[in-house]
Amino acid sequence: MRGLCAVYRKELCDHFSSYRFIVLFALIAMVSFITSYMAGMHLRENLGGLSRTKFPFLMLFSTPGALFSMVQFVAFFGPLIGLVLGFDSINRERAHGTLIKLISQPIYRDAVINGKFLAAVATISIMLISIVLVISGFGLAIVGVVPGIDEIWRLLIYLVISIFYISFWLGVSMLFSIFFRNIATSALASVALWIFLSFFVSLGADVVANAVAPVGNQREIRPENARVKDMVSLCSPMVLYSNATATIIDPMRKTTRSITLMGPAEQILASRFQNPLRLGQSVIVVFPYMTALIALTLVCFAISYFVFMLQEIRT
Amino acid sequence: MGSDIMIETTGLTKKYKNQTAVDHLSFKVKKGQIFGFLGPNGAGKTTTILMLLGLSRPSAGDARVCNLDPLRRPRDVKCLVGYLPENGGFYGDLDAVQSLEYVASLNGIQKHRASEKTHELLELVGLSGEKRKKVSAFSRGMKQRLGFAEVLIKDPKILFLDEPTLGLDPDGALRLMELIESLNRDRDITVLLSSHNLHQVQKISHSVGIMINGRMVAEGSIASLAEEKFGVGEKEYTLEEVYMKYFREV
Repeated sequence: MRGLCAVYRKELCDHFSSYRFIVLFALIAMVSFITSYMAGMHLRENLGGLSRTKFPFLMLFSTPGALFSMVQFVAFFGPLIGLVLGFDSINRERAHGTLIKLISQPIYRDAVINGKFLAAVATISIMLISIVLVISGFGLAIVGVVPGIDEIWRLLIYLVISIFYISFWLGVSMLFSIFFRNIATSALASVALWIFLSFFVSLGADVVANAVAPVGNQREIRPENARVKDMVSLCSPMVLYSNATATIIDPMRKTTRSITLMGPAEQILASRFQNPLRLGQSVIVVFPYMTALIALTLVCFAISYFVFMLQEIRT
Repeated sequence: MGSDIMIETTGLTKKYKNQTAVDHLSFKVKKGQIFGFLGPNGAGKTTTILMLLGLSRPSAGDARVCNLDPLRRPRDVKCLVGYLPENGGFYGDLDAVQSLEYVASLNGIQKHRASEKTHELLELVGLSGEKRKKVSAFSRGMKQRLGFAEVLIKDPKILFLDEPTLGLDPDGALRLMELIESLNRDRDITVLLSSHNLHQVQKISHSVGIMINGRMVAEGSIASLAEEKFGVGEKEYTLEEVYMKYFREV
Protein backbone atom coordinates (compact mmCIF):
# COMPACT_ATOMS: atom_id res chain seq x y z
CA MET A 1 0.00 0.00 0.00
CA ARG A 2 2.73 2.48 0.93
CA GLY A 3 4.41 2.01 -2.43
CA LEU A 4 1.12 2.57 -4.20
CA CYS A 5 0.48 5.76 -2.23
CA ALA A 6 3.98 7.08 -2.87
CA VAL A 7 3.80 6.43 -6.62
CA TYR A 8 0.26 7.82 -6.76
CA ARG A 9 1.22 11.05 -5.04
CA LYS A 10 4.30 11.53 -7.19
CA GLU A 11 2.40 10.90 -10.43
CA LEU A 12 -0.49 13.15 -9.47
CA CYS A 13 1.97 15.88 -8.63
CA ASP A 14 3.72 15.34 -11.99
CA HIS A 15 0.45 15.53 -13.91
CA PHE A 16 -0.70 18.73 -12.34
CA SER A 17 2.62 20.47 -12.75
CA SER A 18 3.19 19.36 -16.34
CA TYR A 19 2.70 21.78 -19.21
CA ARG A 20 0.90 19.21 -21.27
CA PHE A 21 -1.82 18.93 -18.67
CA ILE A 22 -2.20 22.69 -18.41
CA VAL A 23 -2.41 23.11 -22.20
CA LEU A 24 -4.86 20.25 -22.54
CA PHE A 25 -7.01 21.46 -19.71
CA ALA A 26 -7.06 25.00 -21.06
CA LEU A 27 -8.04 23.75 -24.50
CA ILE A 28 -10.82 21.50 -23.28
CA ALA A 29 -12.15 24.03 -20.79
CA MET A 30 -12.23 26.66 -23.50
CA VAL A 31 -14.02 24.49 -26.04
CA SER A 32 -16.59 23.19 -23.58
CA PHE A 33 -17.15 26.70 -22.37
CA ILE A 34 -17.83 27.95 -25.88
CA THR A 35 -20.11 25.06 -26.78
CA SER A 36 -22.17 25.41 -23.65
CA TYR A 37 -22.37 29.15 -24.17
CA MET A 38 -23.67 28.57 -27.69
CA ALA A 39 -26.09 25.97 -26.39
CA GLY A 40 -27.21 28.36 -23.69
CA MET A 41 -27.90 31.16 -26.14
CA HIS A 42 -29.70 28.73 -28.42
CA LEU A 43 -31.84 27.50 -25.56
CA ARG A 44 -32.78 30.97 -24.48
CA GLU A 45 -34.04 31.78 -27.94
CA ASN A 46 -35.91 28.57 -28.51
CA LEU A 47 -37.38 27.94 -25.11
CA GLY A 48 -38.36 31.53 -24.50
CA GLY A 49 -42.08 31.09 -25.18
CA LEU A 50 -42.58 27.68 -23.64
CA SER A 51 -44.24 27.43 -20.28
CA ARG A 52 -43.07 23.96 -19.31
CA THR A 53 -39.82 22.82 -20.77
CA LYS A 54 -38.45 19.38 -20.12
CA PHE A 55 -34.97 19.10 -18.67
CA PRO A 56 -33.65 22.42 -19.95
CA PHE A 57 -30.59 22.04 -17.79
CA LEU A 58 -29.35 18.89 -19.47
CA MET A 59 -29.79 20.56 -22.83
CA LEU A 60 -26.83 22.74 -21.95
CA PHE A 61 -24.74 19.63 -22.45
CA SER A 62 -26.63 17.88 -25.21
CA THR A 63 -27.78 20.66 -27.55
CA PRO A 64 -25.43 21.37 -30.40
CA GLY A 65 -25.09 25.13 -30.32
CA ALA A 66 -23.10 25.93 -33.41
CA LEU A 67 -21.09 22.85 -34.28
CA PHE A 68 -21.35 20.18 -31.66
CA SER A 69 -22.59 19.68 -28.13
CA MET A 70 -20.46 19.26 -25.06
CA VAL A 71 -21.34 15.55 -24.99
CA GLN A 72 -20.23 15.07 -28.59
CA PHE A 73 -17.06 16.98 -27.88
CA VAL A 74 -16.12 14.67 -25.02
CA ALA A 75 -16.92 11.66 -27.23
CA PHE A 76 -14.63 12.95 -29.96
CA PHE A 77 -11.75 14.47 -28.06
CA GLY A 78 -12.01 12.99 -24.59
CA PRO A 79 -9.84 10.04 -25.67
CA LEU A 80 -7.07 12.49 -26.38
CA ILE A 81 -6.90 13.31 -22.67
CA GLY A 82 -6.43 9.65 -21.84
CA LEU A 83 -3.83 9.18 -24.55
CA VAL A 84 -1.82 12.24 -23.58
CA LEU A 85 -1.77 11.26 -19.92
CA GLY A 86 -0.66 7.70 -20.57
CA PHE A 87 1.39 7.32 -23.72
CA ASP A 88 4.79 7.71 -22.01
CA SER A 89 3.99 6.57 -18.50
CA ILE A 90 6.16 3.45 -18.45
CA ASN A 91 8.59 3.89 -21.31
CA ARG A 92 9.67 7.34 -20.17
CA GLU A 93 10.79 5.84 -16.88
CA ARG A 94 12.50 3.09 -18.81
CA ALA A 95 14.27 5.55 -21.11
CA HIS A 96 15.46 7.64 -18.18
CA GLY A 97 16.62 4.60 -16.23
CA THR A 98 14.33 5.31 -13.30
CA LEU A 99 12.15 2.23 -13.70
CA ILE A 100 14.83 -0.17 -12.51
CA LYS A 101 15.45 2.04 -9.50
CA LEU A 102 11.76 2.19 -8.75
CA ILE A 103 11.26 -1.56 -8.80
CA SER A 104 14.42 -2.22 -6.81
CA GLN A 105 12.75 -0.40 -3.93
CA PRO A 106 10.80 -2.55 -1.47
CA ILE A 107 7.43 -2.13 -3.19
CA TYR A 108 5.33 -4.60 -5.13
CA ARG A 109 5.82 -4.19 -8.81
CA ASP A 110 2.12 -3.64 -9.43
CA ALA A 111 2.26 -0.57 -7.19
CA VAL A 112 4.03 1.19 -10.06
CA ILE A 113 1.38 0.53 -12.68
CA ASN A 114 -1.57 0.81 -10.29
CA GLY A 115 -0.28 4.09 -8.90
CA LYS A 116 0.25 5.52 -12.35
CA PHE A 117 -3.15 4.41 -13.59
CA LEU A 118 -4.99 5.67 -10.52
CA ALA A 119 -3.20 9.01 -10.60
CA ALA A 120 -4.16 9.51 -14.23
CA VAL A 121 -7.76 8.47 -13.54
CA ALA A 122 -7.85 10.95 -10.67
CA THR A 123 -6.53 13.65 -12.99
CA ILE A 124 -9.18 12.82 -15.58
CA SER A 125 -11.91 12.85 -12.94
CA ILE A 126 -10.87 16.19 -11.53
CA MET A 127 -10.71 17.62 -15.03
CA LEU A 128 -14.15 16.42 -16.09
CA ILE A 129 -15.89 17.19 -12.82
CA SER A 130 -14.55 20.71 -12.72
CA ILE A 131 -15.56 21.35 -16.33
CA VAL A 132 -19.08 20.04 -15.75
CA LEU A 133 -19.37 22.16 -12.62
CA VAL A 134 -18.17 25.28 -14.40
CA ILE A 135 -20.60 24.74 -17.26
CA SER A 136 -23.42 24.14 -14.79
CA GLY A 137 -22.70 27.37 -13.02
CA PHE A 138 -22.42 29.14 -16.32
CA GLY A 139 -25.72 27.66 -17.44
CA LEU A 140 -27.43 28.84 -14.28
CA ALA A 141 -26.39 32.34 -15.18
CA ILE A 142 -27.32 32.23 -18.88
CA VAL A 143 -30.45 30.13 -18.97
CA GLY A 144 -31.58 30.84 -15.47
CA VAL A 145 -32.85 27.37 -14.64
CA VAL A 146 -32.01 25.29 -11.61
CA PRO A 147 -31.27 21.60 -12.13
CA GLY A 148 -33.68 19.18 -10.55
CA ILE A 149 -32.52 16.21 -8.51
CA ASP A 150 -33.13 13.94 -11.48
CA GLU A 151 -30.87 16.03 -13.66
CA ILE A 152 -28.10 15.99 -11.08
CA TRP A 153 -28.23 12.20 -10.95
CA ARG A 154 -28.11 12.02 -14.72
CA LEU A 155 -25.07 14.28 -14.80
CA LEU A 156 -23.36 12.12 -12.18
CA ILE A 157 -23.96 8.96 -14.18
CA TYR A 158 -22.79 10.75 -17.29
CA LEU A 159 -19.59 11.73 -15.48
CA VAL A 160 -18.91 8.18 -14.34
CA ILE A 161 -19.39 6.79 -17.85
CA SER A 162 -17.19 9.52 -19.29
CA ILE A 163 -14.43 8.81 -16.79
CA PHE A 164 -14.52 5.14 -17.73
CA TYR A 165 -14.48 6.03 -21.41
CA ILE A 166 -11.43 8.24 -21.10
CA SER A 167 -9.79 5.70 -18.77
CA PHE A 168 -10.19 3.10 -21.48
CA TRP A 169 -8.01 5.22 -23.74
CA LEU A 170 -5.64 5.80 -20.86
CA GLY A 171 -5.36 2.03 -20.52
CA VAL A 172 -4.68 1.66 -24.24
CA SER A 173 -1.92 4.23 -24.20
CA MET A 174 -0.38 2.71 -21.06
CA LEU A 175 -0.41 -0.68 -22.73
CA PHE A 176 1.46 0.80 -25.69
CA SER A 177 3.90 2.50 -23.36
CA ILE A 178 4.69 -0.90 -21.89
CA PHE A 179 4.96 -2.62 -25.28
CA PHE A 180 7.01 -0.01 -27.09
CA ARG A 181 10.35 1.13 -25.75
CA ASN A 182 10.27 4.25 -27.84
CA ILE A 183 8.09 7.10 -26.61
CA ALA A 184 7.32 8.41 -30.10
CA THR A 185 6.24 4.94 -31.25
CA SER A 186 3.79 4.51 -28.42
CA ALA A 187 2.37 8.00 -28.97
CA LEU A 188 1.86 7.37 -32.68
CA ALA A 189 0.46 3.90 -32.15
CA SER A 190 -2.12 5.09 -29.64
CA VAL A 191 -3.17 8.06 -31.78
CA ALA A 192 -3.43 5.78 -34.81
CA LEU A 193 -5.64 3.34 -32.94
CA TRP A 194 -7.79 6.21 -31.68
CA ILE A 195 -8.30 7.63 -35.18
CA PHE A 196 -9.01 4.19 -36.58
CA LEU A 197 -11.54 3.18 -33.97
CA SER A 198 -13.21 6.56 -33.72
CA PHE A 199 -13.44 7.65 -37.33
CA PHE A 200 -12.81 4.77 -39.68
CA VAL A 201 -14.89 2.06 -38.07
CA SER A 202 -18.10 3.89 -38.97
CA LEU A 203 -16.96 4.07 -42.60
CA GLY A 204 -16.07 0.40 -42.46
CA ALA A 205 -19.45 -0.37 -40.96
CA ASP A 206 -21.14 1.02 -44.08
CA VAL A 207 -18.96 -1.06 -46.34
CA VAL A 208 -19.51 -4.26 -44.39
CA ALA A 209 -23.24 -3.68 -44.12
CA ASN A 210 -23.57 -3.08 -47.84
CA ALA A 211 -21.56 -6.17 -48.59
CA VAL A 212 -23.58 -8.40 -46.28
CA ALA A 213 -27.01 -6.98 -47.04
CA PRO A 214 -26.93 -4.81 -50.14
CA VAL A 215 -29.52 -2.09 -50.42
CA GLY A 216 -30.92 -1.77 -53.94
CA ASN A 217 -32.18 1.77 -54.21
CA GLN A 218 -32.13 4.61 -51.73
CA ARG A 219 -35.76 4.25 -50.76
CA GLU A 220 -35.56 0.63 -49.79
CA ILE A 221 -35.20 -0.09 -46.08
CA ARG A 222 -33.50 -3.28 -45.08
CA PRO A 223 -33.32 -4.01 -41.36
CA GLU A 224 -30.42 -6.45 -41.84
CA ASN A 225 -28.34 -3.71 -43.36
CA ALA A 226 -28.97 -1.41 -40.41
CA ARG A 227 -28.38 -4.24 -37.95
CA VAL A 228 -25.01 -5.18 -39.41
CA LYS A 229 -24.03 -1.55 -39.51
CA ASP A 230 -24.92 -1.15 -35.84
CA MET A 231 -23.02 -4.26 -34.91
CA VAL A 232 -19.83 -3.27 -36.70
CA SER A 233 -19.89 0.30 -35.50
CA LEU A 234 -20.14 -0.93 -31.91
CA CYS A 235 -16.49 -1.97 -32.28
CA SER A 236 -15.75 1.70 -31.88
CA PRO A 237 -15.58 2.77 -28.24
CA MET A 238 -16.84 6.16 -29.35
CA VAL A 239 -20.09 4.67 -30.61
CA LEU A 240 -20.32 2.59 -27.48
CA TYR A 241 -19.87 5.67 -25.37
CA SER A 242 -22.35 7.72 -27.39
CA ASN A 243 -24.91 4.97 -26.99
CA ALA A 244 -24.17 4.57 -23.30
CA THR A 245 -24.75 8.25 -22.60
CA ALA A 246 -27.56 8.77 -25.12
CA THR A 247 -30.62 8.22 -22.95
CA ILE A 248 -28.86 9.35 -19.79
CA ILE A 249 -28.14 12.87 -20.94
CA ASP A 250 -31.23 13.13 -23.16
CA PRO A 251 -34.29 11.82 -21.29
CA MET A 252 -36.49 12.35 -24.35
CA ARG A 253 -34.71 9.56 -26.16
CA LYS A 254 -36.22 6.19 -25.54
CA THR A 255 -33.89 3.93 -27.40
CA THR A 256 -30.46 3.90 -28.94
CA ARG A 257 -31.64 1.97 -31.98
CA SER A 258 -32.40 3.55 -35.30
CA ILE A 259 -36.03 3.70 -36.40
CA THR A 260 -35.54 1.07 -39.09
CA LEU A 261 -34.79 -1.55 -36.48
CA MET A 262 -37.92 -0.94 -34.44
CA GLY A 263 -40.93 -3.13 -34.68
CA PRO A 264 -44.21 -1.51 -35.75
CA ALA A 265 -45.58 -1.35 -32.21
CA GLU A 266 -42.42 0.28 -30.94
CA GLN A 267 -42.59 2.86 -33.71
CA ILE A 268 -46.11 3.79 -32.73
CA LEU A 269 -45.10 3.99 -29.07
CA ALA A 270 -42.17 6.20 -29.89
CA SER A 271 -44.29 8.61 -31.87
CA ARG A 272 -47.32 8.63 -29.54
CA PHE A 273 -45.78 9.08 -26.14
CA GLN A 274 -43.69 12.19 -25.93
CA ASN A 275 -42.93 12.14 -22.23
CA PRO A 276 -39.37 11.69 -21.00
CA LEU A 277 -38.18 8.40 -19.58
CA ARG A 278 -37.65 8.10 -15.86
CA LEU A 279 -34.04 7.83 -14.72
CA GLY A 280 -34.28 4.13 -13.91
CA GLN A 281 -35.76 3.38 -17.32
CA SER A 282 -33.09 5.44 -19.05
CA VAL A 283 -30.39 3.48 -17.27
CA ILE A 284 -31.97 0.17 -18.27
CA VAL A 285 -31.99 1.18 -21.93
CA VAL A 286 -28.25 1.87 -22.03
CA PHE A 287 -27.17 -0.65 -19.42
CA PRO A 288 -25.58 -3.07 -21.92
CA TYR A 289 -23.46 -0.29 -23.39
CA MET A 290 -22.41 0.94 -19.98
CA THR A 291 -21.30 -2.48 -18.80
CA ALA A 292 -19.52 -3.16 -22.10
CA LEU A 293 -17.60 0.11 -21.81
CA ILE A 294 -16.63 -0.55 -18.20
CA ALA A 295 -15.62 -4.11 -19.02
CA LEU A 296 -13.52 -2.90 -21.93
CA THR A 297 -11.70 -0.45 -19.67
CA LEU A 298 -11.01 -3.09 -17.05
CA VAL A 299 -9.87 -5.67 -19.61
CA CYS A 300 -7.53 -3.14 -21.18
CA PHE A 301 -5.98 -2.31 -17.83
CA ALA A 302 -5.74 -5.98 -16.90
CA ILE A 303 -3.75 -6.71 -20.07
CA SER A 304 -1.33 -3.86 -19.30
CA TYR A 305 -1.04 -5.14 -15.75
CA PHE A 306 -0.11 -8.66 -16.76
CA VAL A 307 2.27 -7.61 -19.50
CA PHE A 308 4.02 -5.30 -17.08
CA MET A 309 4.20 -7.88 -14.30
CA LEU A 310 5.70 -10.53 -16.56
CA GLN A 311 8.13 -8.28 -18.37
CA GLU A 312 11.79 -8.40 -17.46
CA ILE A 313 13.08 -4.98 -16.58
CA ARG A 314 16.80 -4.40 -16.94
CA THR A 315 17.08 -0.69 -17.44
CA MET B 1 27.03 -19.45 12.34
CA GLY B 2 24.96 -19.65 9.18
CA SER B 3 23.98 -16.01 9.19
CA ASP B 4 27.59 -15.10 8.57
CA ILE B 5 27.00 -15.63 4.85
CA MET B 6 25.15 -12.64 3.39
CA ILE B 7 24.97 -13.69 -0.25
CA GLU B 8 25.00 -17.26 -1.45
CA THR B 9 24.19 -18.76 -4.81
CA THR B 10 24.21 -22.40 -5.80
CA GLY B 11 24.09 -23.42 -9.42
CA LEU B 12 22.41 -20.16 -10.38
CA THR B 13 21.61 -20.21 -14.09
CA LYS B 14 19.85 -17.78 -16.38
CA LYS B 15 19.11 -18.74 -19.95
CA TYR B 16 17.71 -16.43 -22.56
CA LYS B 17 16.34 -17.78 -25.80
CA ASN B 18 19.59 -18.71 -27.45
CA GLN B 19 22.26 -17.98 -24.91
CA THR B 20 23.19 -18.64 -21.36
CA ALA B 21 23.83 -15.41 -19.50
CA VAL B 22 24.70 -16.99 -16.17
CA ASP B 23 25.94 -20.54 -16.08
CA HIS B 24 25.76 -22.52 -12.83
CA LEU B 25 27.13 -19.74 -10.73
CA SER B 26 28.01 -20.56 -7.14
CA PHE B 27 29.64 -18.11 -4.80
CA LYS B 28 29.41 -16.77 -1.27
CA VAL B 29 29.95 -13.38 0.27
CA LYS B 30 30.55 -13.15 4.00
CA LYS B 31 29.15 -10.49 6.24
CA GLY B 32 31.11 -7.26 6.38
CA GLN B 33 33.09 -7.97 3.25
CA ILE B 34 33.65 -5.91 0.15
CA PHE B 35 33.39 -8.39 -2.68
CA GLY B 36 34.91 -7.25 -5.96
CA PHE B 37 32.68 -8.64 -8.69
CA LEU B 38 34.84 -8.53 -11.81
CA GLY B 39 34.46 -9.55 -15.38
CA PRO B 40 34.26 -8.24 -18.90
CA ASN B 41 31.17 -6.51 -20.24
CA GLY B 42 28.38 -8.97 -20.91
CA ALA B 43 29.79 -11.59 -18.55
CA GLY B 44 26.47 -11.77 -16.68
CA LYS B 45 27.24 -9.61 -13.66
CA THR B 46 24.17 -7.42 -13.96
CA THR B 47 21.96 -10.44 -14.64
CA THR B 48 23.31 -12.06 -11.48
CA ILE B 49 22.55 -8.95 -9.46
CA LEU B 50 19.01 -8.81 -10.86
CA MET B 51 18.46 -12.42 -9.85
CA LEU B 52 19.78 -11.69 -6.37
CA LEU B 53 17.22 -8.91 -6.10
CA GLY B 54 14.37 -11.08 -7.32
CA LEU B 55 13.88 -8.85 -10.37
CA SER B 56 14.77 -11.65 -12.73
CA ARG B 57 13.71 -15.25 -12.46
CA PRO B 58 16.57 -17.78 -12.56
CA SER B 59 16.22 -20.63 -15.05
CA ALA B 60 17.77 -22.95 -12.50
CA GLY B 61 19.62 -22.85 -9.22
CA ASP B 62 19.13 -21.03 -6.02
CA ALA B 63 20.01 -17.68 -4.55
CA ARG B 64 19.98 -16.54 -0.93
CA VAL B 65 20.38 -13.02 0.32
CA CYS B 66 20.51 -12.71 4.12
CA ASN B 67 19.09 -16.24 4.15
CA LEU B 68 16.04 -15.06 2.22
CA ASP B 69 14.96 -16.37 -1.15
CA PRO B 70 14.70 -13.29 -3.39
CA LEU B 71 12.21 -15.06 -5.61
CA ARG B 72 9.77 -15.74 -2.79
CA ARG B 73 10.31 -12.70 -0.64
CA PRO B 74 11.53 -9.99 -2.99
CA ARG B 75 10.16 -7.21 -0.83
CA ASP B 76 12.05 -8.30 2.28
CA VAL B 77 15.22 -8.68 0.26
CA LYS B 78 14.78 -5.25 -1.27
CA CYS B 79 14.33 -3.78 2.20
CA LEU B 80 17.81 -5.00 3.13
CA VAL B 81 19.59 -4.40 -0.15
CA GLY B 82 20.46 -1.09 -1.71
CA TYR B 83 21.00 -1.39 -5.45
CA LEU B 84 22.79 1.25 -7.49
CA PRO B 85 22.19 0.29 -11.13
CA GLU B 86 24.79 0.88 -13.80
CA ASN B 87 22.90 3.50 -15.77
CA GLY B 88 20.34 4.47 -13.21
CA GLY B 89 18.46 7.62 -13.99
CA PHE B 90 16.85 10.41 -12.05
CA TYR B 91 13.72 12.47 -12.25
CA GLY B 92 15.19 15.59 -13.77
CA ASP B 93 12.43 17.87 -12.58
CA LEU B 94 12.94 17.06 -8.90
CA ASP B 95 15.67 18.54 -6.76
CA ALA B 96 18.05 16.55 -4.59
CA VAL B 97 15.88 16.72 -1.48
CA GLN B 98 12.70 15.77 -3.36
CA SER B 99 14.44 12.83 -5.02
CA LEU B 100 15.60 11.48 -1.70
CA GLU B 101 12.24 12.05 -0.06
CA TYR B 102 10.50 10.15 -2.86
CA VAL B 103 12.81 7.18 -2.35
CA ALA B 104 12.21 7.46 1.39
CA SER B 105 8.44 7.37 0.88
CA LEU B 106 8.80 4.30 -1.33
CA ASN B 107 10.65 2.70 1.55
CA GLY B 108 7.90 3.63 3.97
CA ILE B 109 10.05 5.99 6.02
CA GLN B 110 8.04 8.45 8.08
CA LYS B 111 8.04 12.00 6.83
CA HIS B 112 9.93 13.73 9.65
CA ARG B 113 12.44 10.92 9.82
CA ALA B 114 12.89 11.12 6.06
CA SER B 115 13.76 14.81 5.99
CA GLU B 116 16.20 14.26 8.84
CA LYS B 117 17.91 11.44 6.98
CA THR B 118 17.85 13.34 3.72
CA HIS B 119 19.92 16.16 5.13
CA GLU B 120 22.22 13.77 6.93
CA LEU B 121 22.90 11.81 3.74
CA LEU B 122 23.33 14.86 1.53
CA GLU B 123 25.95 15.97 4.02
CA LEU B 124 27.62 12.56 3.86
CA VAL B 125 27.87 12.49 0.06
CA GLY B 126 28.84 16.14 -0.10
CA LEU B 127 25.77 17.55 -1.81
CA SER B 128 24.46 19.73 0.99
CA GLY B 129 25.33 22.82 -1.06
CA GLU B 130 23.09 21.70 -3.93
CA LYS B 131 20.00 20.70 -1.97
CA ARG B 132 17.54 22.72 -3.99
CA LYS B 133 19.11 22.38 -7.40
CA LYS B 134 17.21 20.41 -10.02
CA VAL B 135 18.78 17.02 -10.73
CA SER B 136 18.76 17.73 -14.48
CA ALA B 137 21.41 20.39 -13.81
CA PHE B 138 23.65 17.96 -11.92
CA SER B 139 26.97 16.77 -13.29
CA ARG B 140 27.64 13.07 -13.68
CA GLY B 141 29.62 12.95 -10.45
CA MET B 142 26.92 14.74 -8.51
CA LYS B 143 24.27 12.40 -9.90
CA GLN B 144 26.32 9.40 -8.87
CA ARG B 145 26.66 10.77 -5.36
CA LEU B 146 22.93 11.46 -5.22
CA GLY B 147 22.30 7.90 -6.38
CA PHE B 148 24.47 6.76 -3.53
CA ALA B 149 22.45 8.76 -1.03
CA GLU B 150 19.22 7.26 -2.47
CA VAL B 151 20.60 3.79 -1.92
CA LEU B 152 21.65 4.55 1.66
CA ILE B 153 18.38 6.08 2.82
CA LYS B 154 16.89 2.69 3.66
CA ASP B 155 19.81 1.79 5.94
CA PRO B 156 20.77 -1.24 3.85
CA LYS B 157 22.64 -4.26 5.19
CA ILE B 158 24.01 -5.00 1.73
CA LEU B 159 24.93 -2.80 -1.20
CA PHE B 160 24.91 -3.95 -4.81
CA LEU B 161 26.97 -1.42 -6.71
CA ASP B 162 27.04 -1.86 -10.47
CA GLU B 163 29.87 0.19 -11.94
CA PRO B 164 29.58 3.03 -9.45
CA THR B 165 32.66 4.82 -10.77
CA LEU B 166 31.79 4.59 -14.46
CA GLY B 167 32.39 7.91 -16.15
CA LEU B 168 33.63 9.65 -13.04
CA ASP B 169 36.80 11.72 -12.96
CA PRO B 170 39.74 10.16 -11.07
CA ASP B 171 39.19 12.32 -8.04
CA GLY B 172 35.46 11.59 -7.94
CA ALA B 173 36.08 7.87 -8.36
CA LEU B 174 38.62 7.88 -5.57
CA ARG B 175 36.29 9.70 -3.20
CA LEU B 176 33.44 7.35 -4.01
CA MET B 177 35.64 4.36 -3.26
CA GLU B 178 36.69 5.92 0.02
CA LEU B 179 33.05 6.44 0.87
CA ILE B 180 32.31 2.79 0.12
CA GLU B 181 35.19 1.73 2.31
CA SER B 182 34.10 3.92 5.19
CA LEU B 183 30.51 2.66 4.97
CA ASN B 184 31.77 -0.88 5.05
CA ARG B 185 34.01 -0.14 8.02
CA ASP B 186 31.72 2.05 10.10
CA ARG B 187 28.29 0.64 9.39
CA ASP B 188 29.31 -2.95 8.72
CA ILE B 189 27.63 -2.95 5.32
CA THR B 190 28.45 -5.84 3.03
CA VAL B 191 29.25 -4.64 -0.48
CA LEU B 192 29.03 -6.41 -3.82
CA LEU B 193 31.09 -4.13 -6.01
CA SER B 194 31.13 -4.61 -9.73
CA SER B 195 33.74 -2.45 -11.37
CA HIS B 196 36.32 -2.26 -14.11
CA ASN B 197 38.47 0.03 -12.04
CA LEU B 198 40.73 -2.81 -10.90
CA HIS B 199 43.22 -0.62 -9.17
CA GLN B 200 40.58 0.78 -6.85
CA VAL B 201 38.96 -2.60 -6.34
CA GLN B 202 42.27 -4.04 -5.26
CA LYS B 203 42.66 -1.34 -2.66
CA ILE B 204 39.35 -1.78 -0.92
CA SER B 205 38.01 -5.27 -1.54
CA HIS B 206 38.51 -8.20 0.81
CA SER B 207 37.89 -10.81 -1.82
CA VAL B 208 37.12 -10.90 -5.51
CA GLY B 209 35.31 -13.09 -7.98
CA ILE B 210 36.09 -13.09 -11.68
CA MET B 211 33.19 -13.91 -13.92
CA ILE B 212 33.69 -14.68 -17.58
CA ASN B 213 30.99 -15.86 -19.97
CA GLY B 214 28.54 -16.52 -17.17
CA ARG B 215 30.93 -18.62 -15.08
CA MET B 216 32.87 -17.72 -11.99
CA VAL B 217 36.41 -18.63 -13.04
CA ALA B 218 38.07 -17.53 -9.84
CA GLU B 219 36.99 -16.62 -6.37
CA GLY B 220 38.93 -15.73 -3.26
CA SER B 221 41.21 -13.12 -1.81
CA ILE B 222 43.51 -11.34 -4.23
CA ALA B 223 46.52 -12.88 -2.51
CA SER B 224 45.23 -16.40 -2.98
CA LEU B 225 44.38 -15.79 -6.63
CA ALA B 226 47.82 -14.36 -7.29
CA GLU B 227 49.38 -17.31 -5.59
CA GLU B 228 47.33 -19.71 -7.62
CA LYS B 229 48.31 -18.14 -10.91
CA PHE B 230 51.83 -17.00 -10.26
CA GLY B 231 52.85 -18.89 -7.20
CA VAL B 232 53.78 -15.76 -5.29
CA GLY B 233 52.12 -13.29 -2.95
CA GLU B 234 49.89 -10.43 -3.70
CA LYS B 235 52.60 -7.86 -3.29
CA GLU B 236 54.29 -8.89 -6.50
CA TYR B 237 51.29 -8.77 -8.79
CA THR B 238 48.47 -6.33 -9.21
CA LEU B 239 44.89 -7.42 -9.53
CA GLU B 240 45.03 -6.24 -13.11
CA GLU B 241 47.74 -8.75 -13.98
CA VAL B 242 45.89 -11.54 -12.25
CA TYR B 243 42.67 -10.60 -14.02
CA MET B 244 44.32 -10.49 -17.43
CA LYS B 245 45.88 -13.86 -16.86
CA TYR B 246 42.48 -15.41 -16.10
CA PHE B 247 40.92 -13.58 -18.98
CA ARG B 248 43.44 -14.86 -21.51
CA GLU B 249 43.10 -18.43 -20.35
CA VAL B 250 39.38 -18.61 -21.05
